[in-house]
Amino acid sequence: MMAMNLEIKVCMGTGGMAAGGEGVLKAFEAELKHNGLEAGFGKCSSGKVGCRGFCARDVLVDVIVDGQKTTYQYIKPEMVSRIVKEHIMEGRPVAEWEVKEDYHIFHDKQIKVVLHDCGEIDPEDIGAYIERGGYEAAKKVLSELGPADVIELVKKSGLRGRGGAGFPTGVKWEAARKSPGDVKYIICNADEGDPGAFMDRSVIEGNPHSVIEGMIIAAYSVGASNGYVYIRAEYPLAVERLRIALDAARQKNLLGKNILGSGLDFDIKVKLGAGAFVCGEETALIASIEGERGMPRAKPPFPVASGLWGKPTVINNVETLANIPCIIRKGAEWFASLGTEKSRGTKVFALTGKVKNTGLIEIPMGIPLRDIVFEIGGGIENGKKYKAVQTGGPSGGCIPEDCLDVKIDYESLMQLGAIVGSGGMIVLDEDDCMVNVARYFLNFTQSESCGKCVPCRVGTKRLLEILDRITKGEGREGDIELLEKLSQDIKLTSLCGLGQTAPNPVLSTLKYFRHEYEAHIRDRKCPAKACRALITFSISEALCKGCGACMRACPAGAITGEKKQPHKLNQALCIKCGSCFDVCKFKAVVKE
Amino acid sequence: MITLTIDGKKTQVVGGATVLEAARKLGVYIPTLCQHPKLTPFGGCRLCIVEVKGVPRPLASCTTPAAEGMEVTTSTPQLEGLRKTVLELILSDHPDDCMTCEKAGNCTLQELAYSYGMRENRFRGERRTYAKRDANPFIERDLEKCILCGRCVKVCKEVQGVSAIDFAYRGFQAKISTPFEHDLNCEFCGQCVSVCPTGALTGKGWAKKGRQVEVNEVDTVCGYCGVGCNLTLNVKGNEIARVTSREDTWNEGWLCVKGRFGYKFVNSPDRLTTPLIKKDGKFVEAGWDEALQYATDRLMEIKGKYGPDAIGGLSSARCTNEENYLFQKIIRAGFGTNNVDHCARL
Ligand SMILES: Cc1cc2nc3c(=O)[nH]c(=O)nc-3n(C[C@H](O)[C@H](O)[C@H](O)COP(=O)(O)O)c2cc1C
Ligand code: SF4
Ligand code: SF4
Repeated sequence: MMAMNLEIKVCMGTGGMAAGGEGVLKAFEAELKHNGLEAGFGKCSSGKVGCRGFCARDVLVDVIVDGQKTTYQYIKPEMVSRIVKEHIMEGRPVAEWEVKEDYHIFHDKQIKVVLHDCGEIDPEDIGAYIERGGYEAAKKVLSELGPADVIELVKKSGLRGRGGAGFPTGVKWEAARKSPGDVKYIICNADEGDPGAFMDRSVIEGNPHSVIEGMIIAAYSVGASNGYVYIRAEYPLAVERLRIALDAARQKNLLGKNILGSGLDFDIKVKLGAGAFVCGEETALIASIEGERGMPRAKPPFPVASGLWGKPTVINNVETLANIPCIIRKGAEWFASLGTEKSRGTKVFALTGKVKNTGLIEIPMGIPLRDIVFEIGGGIENGKKYKAVQTGGPSGGCIPEDCLDVKIDYESLMQLGAIVGSGGMIVLDEDDCMVNVARYFLNFTQSESCGKCVPCRVGTKRLLEILDRITKGEGREGDIELLEKLSQDIKLTSLCGLGQTAPNPVLSTLKYFRHEYEAHIRDRKCPAKACRALITFSISEALCKGCGACMRACPAGAITGEKKQPHKLNQALCIKCGSCFDVCKFKAVVKE
Repeated sequence: MITLTIDGKKTQVVGGATVLEAARKLGVYIPTLCQHPKLTPFGGCRLCIVEVKGVPRPLASCTTPAAEGMEVTTSTPQLEGLRKTVLELILSDHPDDCMTCEKAGNCTLQELAYSYGMRENRFRGERRTYAKRDANPFIERDLEKCILCGRCVKVCKEVQGVSAIDFAYRGFQAKISTPFEHDLNCEFCGQCVSVCPTGALTGKGWAKKGRQVEVNEVDTVCGYCGVGCNLTLNVKGNEIARVTSREDTWNEGWLCVKGRFGYKFVNSPDRLTTPLIKKDGKFVEAGWDEALQYATDRLMEIKGKYGPDAIGGLSSARCTNEENYLFQKIIRAGFGTNNVDHCARL
């Protein structure tokens, strides 16, 4: 045996687990044992790692022989024996299963700060984190820096909150530090309720210690002795790994009394949320920890002055906190050198929708959206045409083709009526109806409204009703103006961020795709041919070969015809499911 | 003290006061539905929005603390337009029931709809409908009329300390609910009824007994116990339609189940209105003079025959202090015994 060291890393984030990561890891372990390989290496390990972003290709496996890394994609347990035999034993990597060019393009444009160790280390092993420099930042802070120095450093780095609002983190810490009171709290907001978002989840599943370290540093700076991680119960894997990490940190006296002899007492409790989107809003989150219904409270007073149990409280997002150790370790200047003048550092996005490469990405602020969609994302799926990207989830807006060169930073997106938000990025193509997109998000915000204030509780319902009728072909003259007016009024009068931003998807689709609304209302047509009520299917006599495929596919029995004769579609029976359209090989089914 | 300007007028309030309180102090009217002076601010109805110089968006005056030098404007065309939208939204999910509603004429929502001239509604749409009625004996809960101002929830928690109700569900389906949506089973103090600004909460016994314009308000003191809460009997004809209590009295308008809902005896046919004397084993109606004379004679007879300690007096908590004072006086000084007690001790 030539090789000295062998390392196998199996992606076991939620995506990897769902694709069967556990089975793959077991197969490797069994295979290595079976071949008696472990003994032959100086160091041999096989283990799980957190999400490395490209979930669409799971299960992803790194095989590292003497530092030489080969990454395999779409790995199933039954493929493992061949990899072990050919690659590990015979030194010939299985080229056909290796990741291709696009995998590297996906990663090349990214700069990983927060996700640096995700997918590289075993998240359940504190040693793995420490080996890569973990907790050095906390040690440095506790032994060398005063709280004010740390805050100055964070301010200098230009870090802004990654939970959505983009508030400067150092300024927030300073305010909490200056708030009078001897009991203060640090809360990590891991509620992550945006549909389609999984940034924070992946960070906690992939590298929980980075968040804990960030919290320790925050606690020291602010003068807090208690911390909470508010995390949704729907993230069982993240919760489990977080708990394991907290226990390990306690054992190493990184949490608890007199941390590392510095005099700092700080510990962290885990509070499970029941999955209400509004509980991500900081004052609702506080109410929820206090045992109340998660309903937002008016600000001021802000949490930094009067938060949990009325005490000064810093609430930071998972990603914000995970940035902190890197800033301490590598310096504020280094962090500030990434990104743009007002938006420093990197941002993690959950890239989903109609792009080829979906997954978790981390990019330096300021790169053009075009690079994300067409390079990292590999362009639109199935050769379709780009229509828009929705950023910021239900609070955000869409970015049309004309604006594809926009730089991804807080101010630029705001100018377009979209937001960076917490990092949701959904790519839409020509088949997506923008009225329907707005309707989808309004449906979400309406059902997630806490019900406290009228404009959000009733107003979003009315917006949804208007959008509903437009997509059903029952839109009325004046509906567009009514949508605009009501949206503005809801934004101005709602109590919390949920209501204040809920109309954004409506306003932004109206801004860029007004013609689609008009077509629905005036011509009773859905330009994207997505709204069922506004499309009809028919069979072109000229093109139909009478193969009968559509007839067999139709669940409603709406298609009749003799073999080799043009078939007929009965409109009265058609339920507009589109099955016939999908199966016809001769493009004889016409969708209008 | 904090000095601020509201609609061009300067005023001073103590630290911690809200902009709304400052405006009220100045006599500046700001419409509200969810705010209640005895309860912590909620900020839900959004009608009390005002403009504050230097702040880009309107703020709810009920939750915004007054700050030094603040310049507040309470009414502009934009603010009134926003208030109208909010009111229209509330009404779009409210039954057009004023014709038959118990609360008509005494309803804050109706009053606001009137003063804002609400007729058409741009937002007509689905309304919440609830088929099930709450079978509790005292409080009618018509949740379709509820505007979710949260006052009932707050009064139950903050004043009564019971927390029998709270918000449940989310979005348009949000409602005030008991645990597991069971029928209300609480102390039935009716504090919630007294603060509800709409017809959502009323007394079960109030139905069709008379609206506010038709009743005569008679202030009195509750006779149920020695606490002596102030009551206002809302009387129509010679019948009590309901009992309320004024907020500016010492009991601040709060009552208990007996004071608020236990008034039916007044008009009960079973009620004693003349003294009765038992003759030949049967109670027979008598005049007051006759009855008093009979009692005096018998008591004196007993005292003469068996001594004063053969007599004892037991009085009622439903009497006033003054009455109880006189009662013990007559027992002690008149009959010469200390055998006197009171039901509240038993
Ligand atoms: C409706 C709503 C939902 C929110 N959800 C989240 C969330 O899931 N995670 C989060 O970190 N922040 C969320 N926020 C933002 C928080 O209120 C808060 O601004 C943030 O946690 C502050 O942390 P940061 O400064 O590190 O961004 C939400 C805000 C609103 C209005
Ligand atoms: S804006 Fe919506 S979520 Fe926020 S307090 Fe009002 S009702 Fe609740
Ligand atoms: S029942 Fe009355 S007091 Fe209670 S929330 Fe509804 S409207 Fe307000």
